[in-house]
Amino acid sequence: MIVNGYSVTRATPAARVAAMLGAIVLAILIAAPWWAGRADLRLLGELFLYLSLASLWNLMAGYAGLVSVGQQAYVGFGGYMLFALTMFAGLPPVVAIAAAGVLGALISVPVAALIFRLRGAYFAIGTWVMAEVFRLSFAQISALGGGSGSSLPVGIVKSLAASRQSREWLAYWLALGAAVSVILVVYLFLRSRKGLALTAIRDNEMAAGSLGIDIWRTKFAVYVLTAALTSIVGALIFLQKLRISPDAAFSVNDWTAFVIFIVVIGGIGTIEGPIIGTLIFFALRETLADLGTIYLMVLGVVAIVVMLKAPRGVWGYIRDRFDLNLFPLGYRVSRTDPKES
Amino acid sequence: MEWINALVQGILLGGLYALFAAGLSLIFGVMRLVNIAHGDLIVLAAFLGLTVTTATGMHPLLALIVVVPLMAGLGYALQRGLLNQTLGDDILPPLLVTFGLSVILQNGLLEIYSADPQKLSAGGLETASLPVGGLSLGVLPLLTFAIAVLVIWGLQWTFYHTSLGRSFRAVSDNQDIAQLMGINRRHVFGLAMALALAVTAVAGILLGIRTSFDPSVGGGRLIFGFEAVIIGGLGNLWGTLAGGVILGVAQTIGAKIDPGWQILAGHIVFLLILAVRPNGLFPRIAA
Repeated sequence: MIVNGYSVTRATPAARVAAMLGAIVLAILIAAPWWAGRADLRLLGELFLYLSLASLWNLMAGYAGLVSVGQQAYVGFGGYMLFALTMFAGLPPVVAIAAAGVLGALISVPVAALIFRLRGAYFAIGTWVMAEVFRLSFAQISALGGGSGSSLPVGIVKSLAASRQSREWLAYWLALGAAVSVILVVYLFLRSRKGLALTAIRDNEMAAGSLGIDIWRTKFAVYVLTAALTSIVGALIFLQKLRISPDAAFSVNDWTAFVIFIVVIGGIGTIEGPIIGTLIFFALRETLADLGTIYLMVLGVVAIVVMLKAPRGVWGYIRDRFDLNLFPLGYRVSRTDPKES
Repeated sequence: MEWINALVQGILLGGLYALFAAGLSLIFGVMRLVNIAHGDLIVLAAFLGLTVTTATGMHPLLALIVVVPLMAGLGYALQRGLLNQTLGDDILPPLLVTFGLSVILQNGLLEIYSADPQKLSAGGLETASLPVGGLSLGVLPLLTFAIAVLVIWGLQWTFYHTSLGRSFRAVSDNQDIAQLMGINRRHVFGLAMALALAVTAVAGILLGIRTSFDPSVGGGRLIFGFEAVIIGGLGNLWGTLAGGVILGVAQTIGAKIDPGWQILAGHIVFLLILAVRPNGLFPRIAA
């Protein structure tokens, strides 16, 4: 688009190169079952699910200003829906995973109506209370094993695919599909009209409101969308684990603390941040996990230092230094003909 | 009679929750900071009490003379060294830094004390009871409630009758103007956190005498304290006590109906109050 000697572009050369490289990496990852070992496949699957959770949390905290420490509510809810719908409603697992997303969106509506009454940091703790309500409620359901949980019956596991190998491949592809879809949804959402409103709210809530943006509804839309996708990811996580219990399903450490560290270290408020953060997180975990609790303390210290010294994270630093945007979200204006202006 | 008993026990339990909440309420009132690590600091105080009592053989209540100054000093250092850097218009840094702190504290305690449940032994105090009108009331819960009332009265008095309290109110109203009037807000914030953690120390020791604790229970204590603050209304210390009592009663009545419902009943009452009165029952500051 050229206006009065200025051209307005969205994609940059770097973004085009990144898109091509991304496509190549994706093709290699799709083919992973043929080149990666069984343990690697499992690790990659877990990495993709964490990447999905981190991208979703980043959409809420980095763009909508909704800092939640209670997303484990939807991870656990999705997991439990997978178990309940396959065991009692007889749905095939893949259908149950999609249904978990729909149900997650439905239940997030009344939840949002309540906790949106809390502001800022109190909203954060309110989400945690909600996750506790979910945990305690599911612990009361004896058909799902109560407090000790239950395993996915063999018949249902076998209905997924006949052999163990093909089940593992399917689980891997589902996880990869989830990560790619989540990043794509976040990207497209941010490029849409609602996304523009969201970016405006992030930059200045009062100014956005005075321009006619309905702040409550925009944040509400983000919350419900995130809840739906987080529930689907939750269902996939427990499809990999094949066993669920309230404490594992609604763990604040596993599904929120790690996710927050990933996003903060990688760079909050960018699409690239969670990707880099996930890679760093897994690299640290694979090298330091033997240290157990010390590893978690190191992670906490790193997150605090990043938050204080480089609040935009690793990607924020790279972006400021090299003016790099791999996902073209904004517009760039450049002069095309110097004589006219 | 059993129901009246549950009601009275709930009111007394509310005293402990008010102590969990008073520190949160205080620092929110002074510097609008919500400390996610608050629950873990309560547990830290309980473990400090454990170390002091096992090392010296002191009674846990006597150990307060060591633990309270320790926690207060830690609070001042924490605020000046770390948390002051996070304060500003953006809510993200304080939230994420205290969240990181919570993870560090939890795992640090796990490393030092292991995951085994511990308890502070207070001798006869744990089981002593007073017969009152057909009910038998535990001395410890009564004492806890009395301490809670005393602590809240003390905080209230500090706020409105001392020059320190005047500084607290000044920085709470407008930090910049307070600074112009010669108040060093960083120092005042440090003192507020010191006071908050001194209260937390009392709460931690009483928690440790009442029930067993391990490094993972901090999150739950934070949530109870938070619920008491919101039920009572932000920035109102007596409201916080009322909020603690309501939460305590909801839990003991819930437990009377079905033991599995104790904690859930408390959360449900909290959500109901949030639905009906979003600003709490006795609000003073608009959030």
